[in-house]
Amino acid sequence: MLREGQIRIPSGCAVAGVIDRLGRRFSGEVIIRSIAAMRDRSNGLGGGFAAYGIYPHYSQWYALHIFYDHHGAKVDCEQYLKQHFEIADQSPIPTRHMQEITDSPLIWRYFVNPIPARLYRCGMDQREYVARSVLAVNRQIDGAYVFSSGKNMGIFKGVGYPEDIARFYRLEEYEGYCFTAHGRYPTNTPGWWGGAHPFGLLDYSVVHNGEISSYDTNRRTIEMYGYSCTLQTDTEVIAYIVDYLHRAKGLTFDEIAQVLAPPFWQAIEEMPPEKRECAAYLRSTFASLLVNGPFSIIVGFSGGLLALNDRLKLRSMVVGEKGDVVYFASEEAAIRVVEPEPDRVWAPKGGEPVIVAQAGGTER
Amino acid sequence: MRIVADNLDSMKLNQRIRKASGSVLIDRCFGQRYIGSGSKDKKITIYGTPGNALGSYLDGATIIVHGNGQDMIGDTMNSGEIVIHGNAGDGLGYAMRGGMIFVRGSAGCRAGIHMKQYQDQKPALVIGGKAGSFLGEYMAGGMIIVLGLGIEDAPVGDFTGTGMHGGCIYIRTNRELAGLPAQVHSEIAAWEDKQEILPLLLRFGAHFGCDGRALADDRYYLLKPNTARPYAQLYTKN
Repeated sequence: MLREGQIRIPSGCAVAGVIDRLGRRFSGEVIIRSIAAMRDRSNGLGGGFAAYGIYPHYSQWYALHIFYDHHGAKVDCEQYLKQHFEIADQSPIPTRHMQEITDSPLIWRYFVNPIPARLYRCGMDQREYVARSVLAVNRQIDGAYVFSSGKNMGIFKGVGYPEDIARFYRLEEYEGYCFTAHGRYPTNTPGWWGGAHPFGLLDYSVVHNGEISSYDTNRRTIEMYGYSCTLQTDTEVIAYIVDYLHRAKGLTFDEIAQVLAPPFWQAIEEMPPEKRECAAYLRSTFASLLVNGPFSIIVGFSGGLLALNDRLKLRSMVVGEKGDVVYFASEEAAIRVVEPEPDRVWAPKGGEPVIVAQAGGTER
Repeated sequence: MRIVADNLDSMKLNQRIRKASGSVLIDRCFGQRYIGSGSKDKKITIYGTPGNALGSYLDGATIIVHGNGQDMIGDTMNSGEIVIHGNAGDGLGYAMRGGMIFVRGSAGCRAGIHMKQYQDQKPALVIGGKAGSFLGEYMAGGMIIVLGLGIEDAPVGDFTGTGMHGGCIYIRTNRELAGLPAQVHSEIAAWEDKQEILPLLLRFGAHFGCDGRALADDRYYLLKPNTARPYAQLYTKN
C-alpha cells in the first residue's frame, strides 16, 4: 500500500446541507444528489449524512446508532445499555448489499430512554445522562462506537463515496426536514467507519471540510469537561465543543460561532461599546475553544443548521435559498443540481455564521 | 459542437472538449472541473455552473460563462480571455501571468493574489461588482480593476493588497478606503491614470452592454506598492 508522501490524491472534502424552515419533511434523495455532484472532492474513504425528523414514531426516544467491530462488543455494549436504559426497540439498521461498500461493521439501532430510578438517583438531567453514557461506551467498551445519539434524528456514515454510503443505508427511504452530508478525503488520520463524518452527540452533528491546527489545544480543553476524543478525526472535537457551549453553557448559536471563529482583536476594538464587551468576553473566556486553521462546517441541531467558515475564509461555502428551503454546499453546482433556480445564492464571508432555525427552535 | 454536461465526470467532459475543434458549447454544466485547462485556440461557451479551476493555465483560448463560476477561475493563466456573466468564487485569477478576465458580478476572497508580469505579459482582471477580502494579496504585477457597480459600501474587503510589491489596483468608489496595509500606497487616480484602464473599461462595456467610456469619468482609487521600504523592520532591524 502506498502511504503518505508516496501518493498524492488531489481532492478536498465536501459538505452539503438542506433544511426546510417550515419543518416539512422530504426524502433523503435531495441531499444524495447534492453531495454526489461534488464527487471529485472525496476519495472514497468516508461519506456520511445526518438526518433530522426521520423518527417521528419514536420522537421521544434517543436513537442510538452503534458500530460493533465484533459480536463480543455487541454483547458488552448491550449489557451496558440494559443497565442504564429502557429500550423500546432494537434492530440492525437496514442496509443494502453493495459491492462498493466493503468491511462494514455490525450496525445497530436502539431507541432508548434513561431508566427513571437510575436517572433520579444520579441527579443529572436526561441529556447529561445520555451524553455521559455515550462517551462512556466509546471510551470503555472495546470495539463499540455510538455514532449517533439524538432524538428524532440519525447519523449514517461509513467508508465509501457519500452517494454509495447513502444507498447502502437506504437513505432515500427516510424523510426528514433537514439533512447534512459529507464526502471525505482524509488527510491526517485513517479512513475508517468511526472516523467518517458527521460526528454527533445528542442531537448535535458536525460535518467539516478543513483541518484543525488548534486540535490539541481544543482537545485538551474539552477533555477537562469530561469529554473523550476517541474517534481519531479532528472534527470530533467540534461536536463536543458545540455540545458543551450550547447545552452545558447555554450559549446561543450566534455566540458559539463567535467562539469558534472570533473576530480579530483589531475588529473587536472598532466595535460599538456594548458589542465590543460581549465579543471580548467570548474571545477571552473561551480562548482555548477557538478553532484555528482552514475550515467550513455545517452544524446540525434540532430544528436548525449553523454554517460557518474560518475567519480567513480558507475553505468554500455557498448558500442558496428558494422559498422556505435553504441549501448549503462547498460548491454552487451542488445547489444548482437540486435547485436550478434559487431565489438567492451567496457566499458568506469568513467567520460570518449563517444560522437557520425553525420557529420553536432547538431543544434546550 | 454542443456538449450536454449534466453528470458527465470532469475527465470525460474535458476529453470531449479537447477532441473538438473550433467552438464548443457546453450546456447544463454542473461543477465539472478544469474546463479548458491549458487550451490554446478554442472558444468555449458554457451555460450552467462550471467547476473549480475553470480555464487554469489557459494559453490563448476564450471562455465565456453564462452563469456563476466557482473557485480558482484562471489559476495561473498565461494568455486568452475569460468572461463571466455572473459572479466568481474564491481565488479568481490566482497567480495569473497574462490574459484577461472579466466578471460582470462580484468575486469572492483572494481575487488576483500573486498576479505577476514580465515584459509584454501583463495580466488584467476586471470585477464589475465587489471583491472579497485579500484582493491582490502578494500582488507582483498586472492590473486589477474593481468597479463596484451597484455596491453602496466600499467594494473591497479587508486586507486589500497586503504584501503587494508590484502591479496596480483600481477601485471605483465614492467612499473612503480605510484600513489599507502599510505595503500599499493609495491615491485618487488622475485623468492620465484612468487613460491606462480605458481600453479595459471599453472591453468590459462591450462584453456586458454598458457604457465603458462613461465609467472612466468616475472616481477611482489607485493602489500601488509602497516603495518606502515597508518591510524594513519586518524581520530584523536593518
